[in-house]
Amino acid sequence: MSHHDHSDDNNGVSRRKVLECMTWAGTGVLWTISGGVPRSLGLVDAANAAETAGMSFLQISDSHVGFDKPANPNALGTLEEAIGKVNAMPKKPSFMIHTGDISHLSKASEFDDADRIISQAKLDVHYVPGEHDFLDEGVKFYKERYGKGAKGAGWYSFDAGGVHFIGLVNVVDLKAGGLGNLGAEQLEWLESDLKGRSKSTPVVVFAHIPLWTVYPQWGWGTEDGGRALEYLKGYGSVTVLNGHIHQVMQKIEGNVTFHTARSTAFPQPAPGTAPSPGPMKVADDKLRGMLGVASINFKMGDQPLAIIDTPLQG
Amino acid sequence: MTLTAFRSFGASLAVAAALMLGGAPAHAETIAVSIDNFTFAPNELKVKVGDTITWTNHDDIPHTVVAAGKFRSKTLDTDDSFSFTFAATGDYKYFCSLHPHMTGMIKVE
Repeated sequence: MSHHDHSDDNNGVSRRKVLECMTWAGTGVLWTISGGVPRSLGLVDAANAAETAGMSFLQISDSHVGFDKPANPNALGTLEEAIGKVNAMPKKPSFMIHTGDISHLSKASEFDDADRIISQAKLDVHYVPGEHDFLDEGVKFYKERYGKGAKGAGWYSFDAGGVHFIGLVNVVDLKAGGLGNLGAEQLEWLESDLKGRSKSTPVVVFAHIPLWTVYPQWGWGTEDGGRALEYLKGYGSVTVLNGHIHQVMQKIEGNVTFHTARSTAFPQPAPGTAPSPGPMKVADDKLRGMLGVASINFKMGDQPLAIIDTPLQG
Repeated sequence: MTLTAFRSFGASLAVAAALMLGGAPAHAETIAVSIDNFTFAPNELKVKVGDTITWTNHDDIPHTVVAAGKFRSKTLDTDDSFSFTFAATGDYKYFCSLHPHMTGMIKVE
């Protein structure tokens, strides 16, 4: 097993290693709740750590089913590989979250294909929409399939393993020149959802576009994400999981840990390293090697992040 | 009838209607705006009443062209186009509703 634990050398994460990790298009991130603190593990690491106590769950993101451009002509195939990896795990996660862009163009056939593959994992899946899931006339398909029982454009919360999970929608009613948007109605709902909840409850918030400002020049952030985080002040453990940017980014700020997941479809460039955030084409023989898992272990407090890369091939 | 033929037939009808109404100047033009690398190029354009802008998406990611209350394209996949004929003067600020950092401006004189 390829293993680099950067917390061991007290030098933090080297720039080279961070950039290396950013270029990985992984298949999924496994999260495990241990002592109330979510930690992420690579799929293979998780398989080797089958004795992991407590609840674990998986995050996949940005399947873009229907995408067939040069950066990955077979996005459905790589989603299938990701689900294959999930099925190969000796200890099943409790459930899966999907942080949006299930489809590329919100076609019924794309959602059908995605469902056919993802259901092979035989896990409950909690979805939030990406902007690519709301493109059909009348925005019906996502809501019919995944939004039942959700509020507004599809936000909701649930409890599992002693953790409160909140799925938010920040891809609707975007304003010219702006970033992702939650909106007043959703923020009010969030405030009331948290009201009266014990501050010792670990909270996991998941949404498609990063709730924190990653790179506004490319729209990678959420206009009113800071207001959502205001409501989460005082909680001992808050973990924010996002997709959209097709690469791993992470940040710890006080009680909040931010993390973005890789896509199962195609990589996107690191901020500012290309003319646009569009799909990043790599050599065909390189793409497969890049479809691996890179996992992120993090510790609360001011510890440096520990990044573990586990390639699927090579 | 093919879709292409239908489209050009529709366009001729629109031109004919405009001529009959007498609202459009004799030399109405069609001007192309290219969507490349998540930008509208040219980003700002000055046109005359009656001119038509055609936006074409050259990215591998879908985009839209939206001016609040004025016009709104469907989702434009790669190589899809959207056209709008400007019938009134004014400043038309527009953006991509999927990637709102993408903005542009049409000034109609």
